[in-house]
Amino acid sequence: MDTLETQRAALEAGAVSARELVDRALSAAETVGARLNTVVGLRRDAALAEAEASDSRRRSGSIRSPLDGTPLLLKDNMVMFGELTTCASRILESFVSPYDSTVVERLRAAGAIVIGRTNMDEFAMGSSTENSIYGPAHNPWDESRSCGGSSGGSAGSVAAGITGYALGSDTGGSVRQPGSFCGVLGMKPTYGRVSRFGLVAFASSLDQIGPFTRSARECAWVLEAISGHDPRDSTSLPEPSPRLEAALTGDVSGLRIGLPREYFVVDGADPAVIGAVRSALAELESAGATLVEVELPHTAHVVSTYYLVATAEASSNLARYDGARFGRRAAGVENVDEMYRRSRSEGFGDEVKRRIVLGTYVLSAGYFDAYYKKAQQVRTLVRQDFERAFEACDVIAGPTYPEPAFALGAKSDDPISMYLADIYTVSANLAGLPGLSLPCGQSAGLPIGMQLIGPAMDEATLLRVADVYQRRTDHHLQRPPTGRERAA
Amino acid sequence: MSRITREDVERTSRLARLSLTEQEIAALTRDLGLILDHADRLAVLDTTGIEPTAHALPLATPTRRDVAAPPLDPDLALRNAPLREGSAFVVPKVIEGEES
Amino acid sequence: MMDRILERYEVVIGLEVHTHLKTESKLFSPAPVRYGDPPNHDVHPIDLGMPGVLPVLNERAAGLAIRLGLATHCTVNHRSVFSRKNYFYPDLPKGYQISQYEEPVVSGGWLEIEVATKGAGRKTERKRIGITRAHLEEDAGKSIHDAAIAGGEDTYIDLNRAGVPLLEIVSEPDLRSPEEATAYLRVLRSVLRYIDVSDADMEKGQFRCDANVSLRVRGAQEFGTRTEIKNLNSFASVEAAIRAEIVRQSEILDDGGRIVQATMHFDVERGRTRVMRLKENADDYRYFDDPDLIPLQITDAQIEAVRAGMPELPEQKRARFESAYALSPDDAGLLIQSRALADFFEATVVGCGSARSAVNWIARDLLKELNDRGIEIDAAAITPATLASLIRLVESGLVTARTARELLPELVRAGGDPDEIVRERGLGAVSDAGLLDALVAEVLAAHPAAVESVRGGDDKPLNFLMGKVMQASKGKADPAEVRTRLLARIRS
Ligand SMILES: [Mg+2]
Ligand SMILES: [Zn+2]
Repeated sequence: MDTLETQRAALEAGAVSARELVDRALSAAETVGARLNTVVGLRRDAALAEAEASDSRRRSGSIRSPLDGTPLLLKDNMVMFGELTTCASRILESFVSPYDSTVVERLRAAGAIVIGRTNMDEFAMGSSTENSIYGPAHNPWDESRSCGGSSGGSAGSVAAGITGYALGSDTGGSVRQPGSFCGVLGMKPTYGRVSRFGLVAFASSLDQIGPFTRSARECAWVLEAISGHDPRDSTSLPEPSPRLEAALTGDVSGLRIGLPREYFVVDGADPAVIGAVRSALAELESAGATLVEVELPHTAHVVSTYYLVATAEASSNLARYDGARFGRRAAGVENVDEMYRRSRSEGFGDEVKRRIVLGTYVLSAGYFDAYYKKAQQVRTLVRQDFERAFEACDVIAGPTYPEPAFALGAKSDDPISMYLADIYTVSANLAGLPGLSLPCGQSAGLPIGMQLIGPAMDEATLLRVADVYQRRTDHHLQRPPTGRERAA
Repeated sequence: MSRITREDVERTSRLARLSLTEQEIAALTRDLGLILDHADRLAVLDTTGIEPTAHALPLATPTRRDVAAPPLDPDLALRNAPLREGSAFVVPKVIEGEES
Repeated sequence: MMDRILERYEVVIGLEVHTHLKTESKLFSPAPVRYGDPPNHDVHPIDLGMPGVLPVLNERAAGLAIRLGLATHCTVNHRSVFSRKNYFYPDLPKGYQISQYEEPVVSGGWLEIEVATKGAGRKTERKRIGITRAHLEEDAGKSIHDAAIAGGEDTYIDLNRAGVPLLEIVSEPDLRSPEEATAYLRVLRSVLRYIDVSDADMEKGQFRCDANVSLRVRGAQEFGTRTEIKNLNSFASVEAAIRAEIVRQSEILDDGGRIVQATMHFDVERGRTRVMRLKENADDYRYFDDPDLIPLQITDAQIEAVRAGMPELPEQKRARFESAYALSPDDAGLLIQSRALADFFEATVVGCGSARSAVNWIARDLLKELNDRGIEIDAAAITPATLASLIRLVESGLVTARTARELLPELVRAGGDPDEIVRERGLGAVSDAGLLDALVAEVLAAHPAAVESVRGGDDKPLNFLMGKVMQASKGKADPAEVRTRLLARIRS
């Protein structure tokens, strides 16, 4: 009873009440969530009250959407009126939002119930959910390992069955990579599909909110609820929310799946990962899809391009954390300049400082053209790579990450190799394309993720492919030990 | 090794209003050096005449009709203020010539 | 002093004007634009730079920028880009100002000003001042450093002004004297007010000026090093600050020193400029395109729509007044000073049917009265209808010009209906023939000697006799009428 599909069915059959579901989710969060450190804050009373309201809506036959009464968790970087939003940062430790993010408004309009906030890398900067004032999140498959990041808390919570779904944000892979680490489906929609209003900005031209679920069908439901044009976000796509569930036809015959040569090279990803992806592709081939080789010639340059663009934007986006109007102010400061320097130095963690300094450097006089402008030009080349590739195929497939979940602490003192491993995920952000990661096997008891990238606006095809795969396999039904303990 | 020096790191962290410890400056000089070495490889790409991408997807400019909405309740506006006096935010003294 | 300096050096001045656009809401947030409210009562989370907020452009602000562009003969750019100017200051909530940098909304225009012609006579000629560009940007909040208010050394931050739409209008370095600088500012301000782009109320800080000043030895080709005087918010302080800076720079140059590029502050009390910040250690603003805002696209259709709704400009009005009302350039120029005065004039003409008398009364009497009171026409109680009926009374000889002139101050102060006032107070001119003849008879009887000398062909005493009759009529008689009746009686 811990997937969104089963919860929805039970609610519709009257076999369970929203109150019971929310109550269960809350206690799971307090036990499993606390042990895994994937959940960092709960809104118990409010959530239970909202659940009762949902139950009475259902009794009067006036539910708002298929999600009405279902509990979920939010990454701690989406604001909610009257609630803490900390971005796992000391500088926002006690920040209470005076307004609602658009996703929260839409979830509320759908009757969904946010039970709390999940752990993350500070300001979404990281791939391990270790850079957090709350401490590292533990992977339910192996608690000595990372959930991935930066949305590790949301991925781990869904994997552990605390809630049937959760939201994360993806700037360079922060939904897809933890999805692959935790064995759940993580989707990054087309840039502009889901409003960023109320999502605390990391890199504005790359950030996008996305759901974690088990099945493609569940992902379709959640995405339909949260996407669609928002006049409060100037980069929001004009289109209304797409009809996605209708696209899950179960048919991929004739669909062309492109395999980028650059994603399947030796000394690229871990052989176990490549192996699992290849057999998943074979499965889709036997379902009627055709595999074609494509090229993404600038793949070798996407990581540098990404880190130059992302850190430049971040250095500006994080200037507002200055101790003046909200957030942490260092004690006993004599003047404004000291207030800035001490509040920011005490308030930000190492990874955030590293990226702020890098981003400030690449924007500063004398370096702008060589680094920032150059990266923006290469970004154009990367977009053109995909435009060309999609002339030959309908979706692109490959590994989500070069390896399964790594051990906590394994890379914390080696930022560069941590960055380089983002090679498969950052391109979709640079080009604004939709991408998802779905479980496609395991290696030594750890989940492996396959990534699908589609043309802009075509989440439907990605979900159709994922759905066909899930109809023919059971990788998405695998439960981590923690999950089984709870079930037993 | 990239040409980024500890002086660059110090100048840049001043711009970013960060006070760094000796160890932090040393670590950042090393890390940024490695990252920028890698970034320097972008130089092999000929990007003359290539339009920079600032926005992933080309969109039309959205605008808002000029209609005023009720402002935020001042108590909500100041709720997170580290220090306030009446409905004003309070910060320590500004030293001349910082900016304006 | 100034003259001696100007013999040696040519003054080169360029002005940057920041003017508040006349909108209901802010440039990127729906918070209301209001003045004089308590601190932080007119803010939206967007204006506070709260985590997660995003900007959305105010459509009217863009329209007003286009309007100003058209009014100043600028090119309206089909594409303009919003950039972030990054710097830290407590009244700058996001740590950056959203502005326009490399691609402004309008560029490459000009305005004409009147300047005194060299040499004798108070003649003036028209001079074209180039406008480099005008760009949209958000205003910052206010820092209150005043210890009296803020107490101790703390600074109070009020963000009501944060996000108010600004147009920054940058002139070419075409101005050659403090007088030209203020003349340009007056023309620009009147254009902004004419076309409803801004109220440009300097008291409210809606019209602020930065002046770039440099000197070069007469005849020299290249410009000298310039300094920028920041935040001048009255015509007087602009002129005084530029004068002070000219003196400062000339003294340095006379002593063979060199000018250092700097941002200056003008100390109004001491009438001196002092260095606020040297450009060498100026901040590195790290401008880059704002990823939260897509470039502003403006179509020809949008530009034409704005052009169609464009109110008449001062120069167009001047030309129309000269031709339609046969006014002299001087009179026309006097009337178009402000849109309100021009409108008052046209309404008066409609009421009294004579442009000539309307302009005479307004230019000669009304403006004098307004100046004495130090008020603008819109602050006076007199309406065009009132002035028109006063003029009609004079034209029809029912009231003497003298009486009318005496009534004007009261009408300006309190308004009222001249016809009624004249009736109630019996100020009407004496036109009753019987009464007039009686007065004439009295005067003639009282002054036989004068009468004799007039009969003897000496007209001089006639004026004396007229004066006596006018006196007896308490000024209500029509002098022409009195004269004819006197002569008739004397010569009969
Ligand atoms: Mg300026
Ligand atoms: Zn400006």
